Amino acid sequence: MSVESGGSSAGSARATDGGRFGRGAEPPSEGKHEFAVIGRPLPKIDAWAKVTGETRYADDFFLPRMAYGRLLRSPHAHARIRSIDATRARALPGVYAVITGADLPRVKFGILPVSQDEEALCTEKVRMVGDAVAAVAAVDEETADHACRLIDVEYEPLRALMSIEESLAHPEVRIHEYGDGPNVHKNVALQFGDVEAAFARADLVREDVFFYEGNTHLPMEQHAAVASAGPDGKLTLWSSTQTPHYVHRLLAKILEMPAAHIRVVATPVGGGFGGKLDPFAHEIAACRLSQLTGRPVKIACTREEVFYIHRGRHPVLMWIKTGFTKHGEITGCHLRTWLDGGAYGSYGVASTFYTGVINPVTYKIPVYKFEGARVFTNKPPCGPKRGHGTPQPRFALECQIDKAAEQLGLDPAEMRKRILAEPFTKTANHLTVTTIGLGECIDRVVEASGWRAKWGGWRSQSEGASAAPSDNRRRGVGIACSAYLTGAGTAVYWNSMPHSGVIVRADRSGGVAVLCGATDIGQGSDSILAYLPAEILGIDPKDVHVHPADTSLTPVDLGSYSSRVTLMCGMAAIQASQRLREVVARAVARKLEVDPGALAFRERKVGVPDDWEKAVDFAQAVELAEAMHGVLAFAGSYAPPKRAGKYKGGGVGPSPCYSYSACVVELSVDEETGEIELHDVWIGHDIGRALNPLLVEGQVEGSVYMGIGEALMEGQVFRNGVHKQPSLLEYKSPTTLETPEIHTFLVETDDPEGPFGAKEAGQGPLLPVIPAIANAVYHAVGVRCDEVPITPEMILKGLELRRRGKAARVGPERIPRFTFKEPVVVESAFGQPADAIAVRPFAQ
Amino acid sequence: MKARLSLTVNGETHDILVPVHKTLLEVLREDLGLTGTKHGCELGECGTCTVLVNGEPVLSCLALPADLADAEITTVEGMAEGGRLHPLQQAFAELGAAQCGYCTPGILLTAQALLADRPSPTRQEVKEALAGNLCRCTGYTKILDAVELAALRMGAPR
Ligand code: FES
Ligand code: FES
Repeated sequence: MSVESGGSSAGSARATDGGRFGRGAEPPSEGKHEFAVIGRPLPKIDAWAKVTGETRYADDFFLPRMAYGRLLRSPHAHARIRSIDATRARALPGVYAVITGADLPRVKFGILPVSQDEEALCTEKVRMVGDAVAAVAAVDEETADHACRLIDVEYEPLRALMSIEESLAHPEVRIHEYGDGPNVHKNVALQFGDVEAAFARADLVREDVFFYEGNTHLPMEQHAAVASAGPDGKLTLWSSTQTPHYVHRLLAKILEMPAAHIRVVATPVGGGFGGKLDPFAHEIAACRLSQLTGRPVKIACTREEVFYIHRGRHPVLMWIKTGFTKHGEITGCHLRTWLDGGAYGSYGVASTFYTGVINPVTYKIPVYKFEGARVFTNKPPCGPKRGHGTPQPRFALECQIDKAAEQLGLDPAEMRKRILAEPFTKTANHLTVTTIGLGECIDRVVEASGWRAKWGGWRSQSEGASAAPSDNRRRGVGIACSAYLTGAGTAVYWNSMPHSGVIVRADRSGGVAVLCGATDIGQGSDSILAYLPAEILGIDPKDVHVHPADTSLTPVDLGSYSSRVTLMCGMAAIQASQRLREVVARAVARKLEVDPGALAFRERKVGVPDDWEKAVDFAQAVELAEAMHGVLAFAGSYAPPKRAGKYKGGGVGPSPCYSYSACVVELSVDEETGEIELHDVWIGHDIGRALNPLLVEGQVEGSVYMGIGEALMEGQVFRNGVHKQPSLLEYKSPTTLETPEIHTFLVETDDPEGPFGAKEAGQGPLLPVIPAIANAVYHAVGVRCDEVPITPEMILKGLELRRRGKAARVGPERIPRFTFKEPVVVESAFGQPADAIAVRPFAQ
Repeated sequence: MKARLSLTVNGETHDILVPVHKTLLEVLREDLGLTGTKHGCELGECGTCTVLVNGEPVLSCLALPADLADAEITTVEGMAEGGRLHPLQQAFAELGAAQCGYCTPGILLTAQALLADRPSPTRQEVKEALAGNLCRCTGYTKILDAVELAALRMGAPR
């Protein structure tokens, strides 16, 4: 499945167009392989530093005269601050400074312009256990800790609201004063076509209720930041952040100083998964403490603090009603979601939309209605964890499809294949879908897993599942699919500038420097920024020096979130490299007296393929070009095609292209203990093109692993306002022993929107894993778990229900009383052809 | 209270003056500048801070230097010999077993101890040896592959 959209021959003198850069970029080589770098399983460019311990993460910075900071955090889930007295702390020897909210400008901030509700150090109220109220800089961490204990804070405890129901039931208690109702942060409703009519047309209409517990990113690296304010009034912050640009902008606002005098450097991030996307109290406090003490200040958060920083998966309660024909086609779908947002806005408005808007990208859903509400509670704020708002409704939809398939007597794999969305069309909610490799993904996992034999038709529930002789374990298989965006179509603040920029600079050594604001969080963005220029310039990735994520040096990239980096930085890097290549080609063409279009770039040489002995070394080619053109530095810019649906809320959901995944899980369930053992996971992922299959597999495997954790053990549990498990021991995550063999199949669709056809891999493959596990559990023991994580207790409860002749379903029983907004009613765009030419800014 | 200690790390002996309750993790990172050793909890729960003490994996966040006066300590900085990477390091780099790389030093050292003990472990044995080292990025697949590859290469005559 591939679509041409006007490529251009690289190396020709004319500027490349906005269509495919990919095919034009390869040298007209006689090589067996299409590309020299792309598609090869190369080590990451930073692999050597990482295996030798040389990579310097934020906490590895030790600067001369550096002070150590700590935050004092609230022990109350909800309380008014009566007074803070730091006299005793200030008097402690070794303490350089103590600050409270009074030492910071009185501005509230938040990552989204519509949710400016945070303070680095709370002044009037704390809204969760872990809210910061004061910060100390001292000679060492121990002294700083000690000083924190000497700060006297008088609190007046308020009623803590710890669940969606509680927050809605107590409008007299207000966590925030803003929002779409008492304790309601956001209330949205969108309708595309007449769902009631669609249900009337259906042969089967199902209504189901699901709950997805919240969980956290748990990066192995705890957040850390080092700030250094100079006597010139300028400030540098090194931080383990996924979004240096947003931190830069917000620091200027929060500290009320010119952004031009602030430099934010994202250090290599030791795992992010969305947990390092907001500006945080420790970053801001480190900056202010450095300004006050005239010393660099480091604040490294403890593991417990990372649980409070959170911004993880929202707990979401869902009601979903879907109509099916007897062949399994969906006639329409109506989804309601209630998100437990925690104490602050964070990305929550976007999260709310994301619980609704991506579902229609996978299957043909001609008519769609979505209502969502995000509710404030006195818990750590939720935000964008891997998959951002989409794993929850995906779980609901895929489990519901499984139930429908059973009722209709259809093979759930077959049924899904029958209803796949159509490539190059629009969805009901006006999202433009380009290539879709989902059918092939399903084929690959069905085939590799031996699905047909293992699944073997729907079993009657009482019969139980295939009994392995002489033990209590029952085997089962389950399938699910998903789609995910390759980069959000809009920035978190409205602007018409590029989403990503790259500068490529060639020097006389033949080395190439690449400057880009992207942050490598382990996904390999630095490597992608070396591979693409290397491919286009015919040099080795080793010849490329990548300088990432430094706001005073690198063009803006919006950040490592929404699976946007490979596509957006990649496209910008390609454009910059093409521009360099054209100039070099012109210079070499003049010397060799040939047409620039005839030149190939490969093996560190530039020349005419038929006359390769005359080819000049790349370093020499650079010198020729520099003599002709002057300094060789070229910029590339990328912004996504403008395709937002023309309705309020249409800005969340559009993406240049969507990745697709299909997953089969095989597991056994012990009917005695309720324990689940995973055996194998087969996952097919439509990656568009694997720029480096090794890295893509790594992203897929990591996503599957994280999905397994969410499905079976990870959950944020609170008791009496307190996090029950803010430690790695109690917050269970899969070890080597719980992680099964993962079999990855990459499907290439060569998407016209992606760099060399590539789509995302870092988030999408998480999504189908959770419902595939739930569906496999049902297949194994006939228990429907409509809630995750699925625990042994739930299984046992389900089995007990079955024994008593009741429906063996475990999950939420009811939905809150809640009035959604009047929906924004828009006509369904389902099935309309994709716009022939998407307007992509900066393409020329 | 501070104590004067001598500590042998990666074959070099250091004389240091440190508070007696300072952990090996802190001394390595802060006093000896060996920041290759990472931490994920400082409570003995994640394995990230693993170093080798006389060849055995030890959680440096729980160890006290005062108890290690006569021990041979190995950190990730000591794995390569004379600029030549340890086969485990080579395999981890080649197979993409280090994504963010934060868990990598601890896992490399744990694996080194395993291979010293069992030169050709089964996959299950590798899993068991690494069960105390959390990695949030890789799903462990490439890590297990890399340990197996290194074992193969170390066993094969070169
Ligand atoms: S830091 Fe030592 S075990 Fe986690
Ligand atoms: S590679 Fe990131 S935690 Fe293991």
